[in-house]
Amino acid sequence: MTTVSMTVNGKEVSADVEDRTLLVDYIRENLKLTGTHVGCDTSQCGACVVHVDGKAVKACTMLAAQAAGSEVVTIEGLANGGDLHPVQAAFHEHHGLQCGFCTPGMIMTAVDMIERAKASGQKLDEATIRSELEGNICRCTGYHNIVRAIEAAAG
Amino acid sequence: MGVEGIGARVLRKEDQRFITGKGRYTDDFNRPGQLFAVFVRSPHAHALIKSVDISEAKDCEGVHAIYTGEDVAADGLGGMPCGFAPGGGPQNAPPRPALLKDKVRFVGDMVAVVIAESVALARDAAGKVNVEYEALPSNTDTAKAMDADTPQLHEEAPNNVVMHWEIGEADPVEAAFAKADHVTSLDIINNRKVPNAMEPRAANAEYDPAADSFTLYTTSQNPHITRLLLAAYVLGISEGKLRVISPDVGGGFGSKIPFYPEEAVVTWACRKVSRPVKWTSDRTEAFLSDTHGRDHVTKAELAMDKDGKFLALRVDTKASLGAYLSTFGMLSSTYLYGTVLSGPYDIPAIHCKVSGVFTNTCPIDAERGAGRPEATYLVERLVETAARETGIGVVEIRKRNFIREFPYQTAVVLQYDTGDYETALEMALDKADYAGFEARKKESAANGKLRGVGFSTYIEACGLAPSNIAGAIGAGIGLYESAEIRFNPTGSVSVMTGTQTQGQGHETAFAQVVASKLGIEVGNVDIIHGDTGSVQWGHGTYGSRSLAVGGSAISAACDKVIEKAKKVAAHMMEADAADITFENGEFSVSGTDKTKTIGEVILTAMVPHDYPLTDMEPGLDQRSFYDPANFTYPAGTHICEVEVDPDTGVTEVVKFTAVDDFGNVVNPMIVEGQVHGGVTHGVGQALFEKALYDEEGQMVNASYMDYIIPHADNVPSFAVGYTNTPCTHNPLGVKGCGEAGAIAAPPAVINAITDAIGVRDLDMPATPQKVWDIIQSNGSAKAAE
Amino acid sequence: MYETKYHRASSADEAVKLAGSADDGQFIAGGQTLIPTMKQRLASPSDLVDIRNIDAMKGVNVDGNKVTIGAATTHAEVADAPQLRAVCQGISDLAGHIGDPAVRHMGTIGGSVANNDPAADYPAALLALGAEIITNNRTISADDFFTGMFETALEDGELITSISFTVPDKSAYSKFPNPASRYAMAGVFVAKGGDGVRVAVTGAGSDGVFRHAGMEEALGSNWSADAVADADVDEAMMLSDIHGNAAYRANLVRVMAKRAVAAAG
Repeated sequence: MTTVSMTVNGKEVSADVEDRTLLVDYIRENLKLTGTHVGCDTSQCGACVVHVDGKAVKACTMLAAQAAGSEVVTIEGLANGGDLHPVQAAFHEHHGLQCGFCTPGMIMTAVDMIERAKASGQKLDEATIRSELEGNICRCTGYHNIVRAIEAAAG
Repeated sequence: MGVEGIGARVLRKEDQRFITGKGRYTDDFNRPGQLFAVFVRSPHAHALIKSVDISEAKDCEGVHAIYTGEDVAADGLGGMPCGFAPGGGPQNAPPRPALLKDKVRFVGDMVAVVIAESVALARDAAGKVNVEYEALPSNTDTAKAMDADTPQLHEEAPNNVVMHWEIGEADPVEAAFAKADHVTSLDIINNRKVPNAMEPRAANAEYDPAADSFTLYTTSQNPHITRLLLAAYVLGISEGKLRVISPDVGGGFGSKIPFYPEEAVVTWACRKVSRPVKWTSDRTEAFLSDTHGRDHVTKAELAMDKDGKFLALRVDTKASLGAYLSTFGMLSSTYLYGTVLSGPYDIPAIHCKVSGVFTNTCPIDAERGAGRPEATYLVERLVETAARETGIGVVEIRKRNFIREFPYQTAVVLQYDTGDYETALEMALDKADYAGFEARKKESAANGKLRGVGFSTYIEACGLAPSNIAGAIGAGIGLYESAEIRFNPTGSVSVMTGTQTQGQGHETAFAQVVASKLGIEVGNVDIIHGDTGSVQWGHGTYGSRSLAVGGSAISAACDKVIEKAKKVAAHMMEADAADITFENGEFSVSGTDKTKTIGEVILTAMVPHDYPLTDMEPGLDQRSFYDPANFTYPAGTHICEVEVDPDTGVTEVVKFTAVDDFGNVVNPMIVEGQVHGGVTHGVGQALFEKALYDEEGQMVNASYMDYIIPHADNVPSFAVGYTNTPCTHNPLGVKGCGEAGAIAAPPAVINAITDAIGVRDLDMPATPQKVWDIIQSNGSAKAAE
Repeated sequence: MYETKYHRASSADEAVKLAGSADDGQFIAGGQTLIPTMKQRLASPSDLVDIRNIDAMKGVNVDGNKVTIGAATTHAEVADAPQLRAVCQGISDLAGHIGDPAVRHMGTIGGSVANNDPAADYPAALLALGAEIITNNRTISADDFFTGMFETALEDGELITSISFTVPDKSAYSKFPNPASRYAMAGVFVAKGGDGVRVAVTGAGSDGVFRHAGMEEALGSNWSADAVADADVDEAMMLSDIHGNAAYRANLVRVMAKRAVAAAG
């Protein structure tokens, strides 16, 4: 067991965990933040995407110990109080979710995508959005409305 | 006043929790003191279990218990029941214990369960359970299952035959073929598909010794049926002693209909270890053990006269049911399949034979569409091929054969109540700019691509199901649906529905039904489902039934509410109940300007200070059970355009148009989402998906590293439109929309590819290798066009 | 995943020392291959030495015609480095299409090169660019480094610290992704520089990344897509699996080579 500390959604957190503990298990089991999901074993579905030090990563493919000392943001930390993040609002407005299971990872990926595009001055067209979603699988929506939501949120 | 109700694009009420990470799925629930289960699964497709040695594993850190097939047998735990047998009687239905003790029959079959303090420790110990197997020859090939030299799975099923089933009459079909001017014949494989709900299955069971009762949280599309099967058939306890809760469910697509052995084992085991026991599938387990869909091998023939008028259809199918009979395994390849073979066409004679067979594969059950995609695929491939062979043209041949008079009695039992197939076809042609196809094809050719177009004019039978028909054909349950409306004094309502959502938006769409009926704002209508502890008996969600049957039950319950509320209003306004009318949430006395709002009436009924208590009970709560008079028949036209890269064989769906007739639409936003998702399932089946088993019976693509599931860059944006012939027999005039895309899309995609590369036969999935091979063998003639 | 012991190193020396003192120590950078492998219990290192935070091993440096990339530089950092894109678009494009955005935020060039997955992208670039792999105690040429599928010239406990190569005149990479995993089923990197033309192929070969002499010769005399259109690709050397047999992969190698040359201009 090792004590692993980090900042999650602005709060200092700490837990004693085995070194083999994945970041996603630390978030779900130790912090009881169950919005981050696990949908596969091979780092492909993206249901577990969170932000570590401002970058989208797959929490199922990172040890909690690797994230020690980092700033982590999960889906629960995205809204500002009662105000939805614009990407959350866009997923709602454009019906970009059905069962909701892939949604937290989709939204965290979309936020990262939009922020990177803004930083580099790149226009997020449909083809780029679809390509950027390579690491996120949705089985419900057929992606159509996810793309619409991201287009709208990207402005 | 007017509230947003039926027909409005109401944003989903359930979204708030999902977009903020507050959804509550089964794995998100943790019970105090819970332990974790990991199953020991067979690595062999077919083997005798010689011994199971748990001596090393039971001493591992954190292990509380290990149970094997012997323990299950010693406790007299019932086997997994089969909920449907076509024809009523049991077919060759061998027992399926929850844990196996003598023999395993597919890779993933369960031999033991390890229960420990954590998943990791349970997995550590599971690796130390030593099972000695004697491997047997196996067969995963549906086509070979009945061959004399094929290994037998079950003593109870000679030649691996579960059942021979047929529908329609053979003699008229033979006579029609004898006089036909043209016969189109295809050998078709409908590829075995893995449903792949993004939320893996999970189960968490707890036993309360004080009440001698169990609570099971599980990922189910139909918690009441799980309760029935688990309580009555496996545990042998009263259903009242088991509460089944399906909280938020992350997609189902059929794979969460069946009752699974994992659910049985954790519930049985939680009492033995006196602690809650939780199991969550990983994705590889999901590939191996979530029920699969399709897996048909078929010879299909269509007879026509000289004008291209269809005379008869003859179908002979071998359908794999996997290694065991899943809960509703036999339904998809019989009554949900043979009955829709007429499609939207007037086909005077149809005969279909199905042999259900065992193979050393994961059990088969419903997968989005369930039987209707298999039927639609063969009909639409035959029709398109016939059109090309005869030169009649793919649009014209359909127009010549569409059913135009309703009701229409098909040659395969069903009677279609209503429809208008040509209007949908015309709208789709327009929406897809079919007229501009040749120009687009030239443009593609200029870019070195082969462009093709394919059609699918489908029909499906949904809204499962009239209970008398369900019973007559072999279902062990009725298929009506229930609704209960409970009022709160301040005017809000809770509606209990026996259906269960896995993302279809029931909390919003059903609230819209109530809003329209009662004039109560959507925001004041809570839809409650998925908990046998709080919801009356119901049958769950599948077969595009929830709105057509469950919504109709809600509508009927609302009618009862209105009927009683009119009496209350009459008392309030000192009028005769017969003179009360109700519209837009307001009760009025005919011929006067007296009115009372629904809110006032509710308050009066709930707080009956001035109320005819001697004549009527207080309160307005009502319950209704709705049993449909017929199936519903959604139909439409889907048109797919593809571009094939001749250098690599890669197919890109570049344009997809869907025009569907779902009857009345309650929420167009939700319906469009269902179409997008359904079509993407269909594109997945056509281009990418197939469970692949090797010679030894190993599933070689049991992860997303090898099983291809559509990604965002594999599909285009979709063009969607509607026609509307309201269902004639349910109060909402709705037909159901969840499966249409998965049913209609596969033949549209394959018809487009075969058009693009100029080939007649092409099995799904149309992988790049397969398409490239065809292009190589049929030369570059087409490419040079 | 089996239990393991995690260490975080702040320098290459410390990392080498930590790994050397463990029973079965392994370096972890982004872990995008190693962690999934450990989750499947196909790897069980007693100790993991995290090198992701070693500042001296990070960054992209272009000095005249010499490019040096720290081994702990992520794929995203390589893809986004404007100074690199200006001189060698081929490797920038390659890095920008490894895995998905989340994987690119974690995965590193050093990790990818050390693992030498036969379907990984970087080995093709390094081989075609005639790169040098610099470790804690020596410099190895790419020609000598990649010795077979998942095999490299690295000794036990040896740590890659950086990669360097000379700026080519032209370069491009074209990949046909596996439709499921999105790894390369065939990826061809073409480079034209002072040492002539080099063509390296990943994903398709049954023994990992390889150079294609026939294409190099053809492009040496005629730098055009047509020059490789009918190149002889030995099917006996090709992988064959559920996604494509050897003949299909050989075709993909030709097609990707054509497209890479066209993209390089």
